[in-house]
Amino acid sequence: MSAGLFDIPSDLQNTYWGLVVQHLREALIPVVVGLVVALPVAQLCVRLRWLYPPVLWVTTILYAIPSLAFFVVLIDYTGQTETTVMIPLGVYSLVVFVPAIVDGVRSVPQETLDAATAMGLGPVRRYFQVQLPIAAPAIIAGLRVATVSSISLVSVGMLIGNQGGLGNLLNDGMIYHQNRLVWLSVIGTAVLAILADALLVLVRLLVTPWMPRGSRKPRPVDEPEPVTAVLEDAVR
Amino acid sequence: MNVLHYISSFFSDSSHWHGYDGIPTRLREHIQYSLIALAIAAAIGLPVGLLTGHTGRGGNTVAFVATAGRALPSFGLLVLMFVLLGLGLTPVMIPLVVLAVPPILVTTYEAVRTVDPSPVDAARGMGMAESRVLFQVELPVALPLILSGLRSAAIQIVSTATIAAYVSLGGLGRYIVDGLYQRNYEKVVGGASLVAILALVTLGFFWAVARFTVSPGVRRRAL
Repeated sequence: MSAGLFDIPSDLQNTYWGLVVQHLREALIPVVVGLVVALPVAQLCVRLRWLYPPVLWVTTILYAIPSLAFFVVLIDYTGQTETTVMIPLGVYSLVVFVPAIVDGVRSVPQETLDAATAMGLGPVRRYFQVQLPIAAPAIIAGLRVATVSSISLVSVGMLIGNQGGLGNLLNDGMIYHQNRLVWLSVIGTAVLAILADALLVLVRLLVTPWMPRGSRKPRPVDEPEPVTAVLEDAVR
Repeated sequence: MNVLHYISSFFSDSSHWHGYDGIPTRLREHIQYSLIALAIAAAIGLPVGLLTGHTGRGGNTVAFVATAGRALPSFGLLVLMFVLLGLGLTPVMIPLVVLAVPPILVTTYEAVRTVDPSPVDAARGMGMAESRVLFQVELPVALPLILSGLRSAAIQIVSTATIAAYVSLGGLGRYIVDGLYQRNYEKVVGGASLVAILALVTLGFFWAVARFTVSPGVRRRAL
C-alpha cells in the first residue's frame, strides 16, 4: 500500500491534522471553562468555610461518574455532538480545580494578606495581585492534571458518533485491520498530552519567578508536591 | 420521554434480569474484571510505593511513571492491546493495570514520604527495626492517603472496564455499546446508570474501609 504515514481513511472525512485540531478543541475548551467557573466557586468556599466540605463531597461524587456513562446520558439533550463530549470534561476539570484553588488560596499566610491590606489594597486587587499569584503553583498543578486527563478522555467520544478527535482512528483501525491507525491515535494522543504538560510546566516557571528552579534545590520542602499527591487522587 | 423514564423502563423489564445478558451476569463480570485488575495493580504499586516512600529514594522515577501513566490514553491503549493480542482477558487487563498503577504508586510514595518525621525518629530511637517502623508507624499514619490512591485507581478501573465492552468483552459496558449500535437508547441509559451506581458504590466502599481501618487519632488530624 502506498499510503503515507499520516494518511487516514476517507470515511472519517478529515485529515490527521484536522483530527488533532478537533481533539485539542474538545479537550481544552472544557478545561478553560472549568477554570473560569472554578475560580468564583473556590473563592466562595474560601470565604464560607462551612461550604467547602459539602462542595468537596459533590465534586468527589461527580468525578466518580464514568465518562462513557456521562456522555450517553447527555445524548438525549445535546445529541451526538462535540458539546456532549465537552460538558463532562468541563465538569471533571471543575472538580479538579476547586480543591486545587482552595488549597492554593488558603495557603497564603494571614500576615501576607494583612500586609497587602495595610498597603491599601482593596479586596479585589488583593485577590488578583496577591492571592492568585501565590496560589499559582497549586492552580497550575491542577491545570496539568485536568489538561492531561481531558486530552486522554476525548478519545472515548468516538463511541458517541465519531466525536473523539484522534480517538476516531481507533474504530477504523479495528474494522480495517490497520494497526497503523491505532498507533497513530495512541501515540498522537500521548504526544499531545506530554506537550501540553510540558507547556504548563514552562508557564509555571514563567509566572512564578520566585520559586526555586533547576535540579539543585537546597531542600525541596516548599515544592508543591503534596498538592500533586492529593490531586493524583482525583485523576481517573 | 426523559432519562429517568428510560432508566425506569430498563430496570422494570424482567428480561433484563436473567440470562447471559442479564444484569446479574454483567454486574458479576464487571466486578470480576475490576477486582482482578485492582489486585494486580495493588500488588505492584503498594510494595514499590511503600519502599520508595520509606527510603525516600526513587522520587524521580515515581514522578516519571505518574506522568507517563496519565499521558497514555486509556481507551486507545485498550484498542491497541486488542489489535495486537486479540480477544481475551489479558489484552484488557494490561491497560487496566497500566492505568491503575500510577495513582496507587504515587499516592503511596507521597503518603509515606510526607509522614511527620518526629514519630518516625522516636520509633527508631525506641529500637524498632526498619520494617516495624514502616508497618507500625508510617503505614498507619499514611493510610488515609494510601486508601485514597487505591480508591481513585478502583474508580478509574470501573469506568475503563466499561469501555472494554467495545473490544468484545462482557461487563456493564455491553449495554452501552450494544445499545448505541442497536439505537436502543433505553438500554444505553440503563447501562450508564448501572455503571454510575457501581462507581458510587466503590466510592462508598472505600469510605467505609477508611472509616474502620484508619486509627481515630490519625483521622481527627486529617480533617
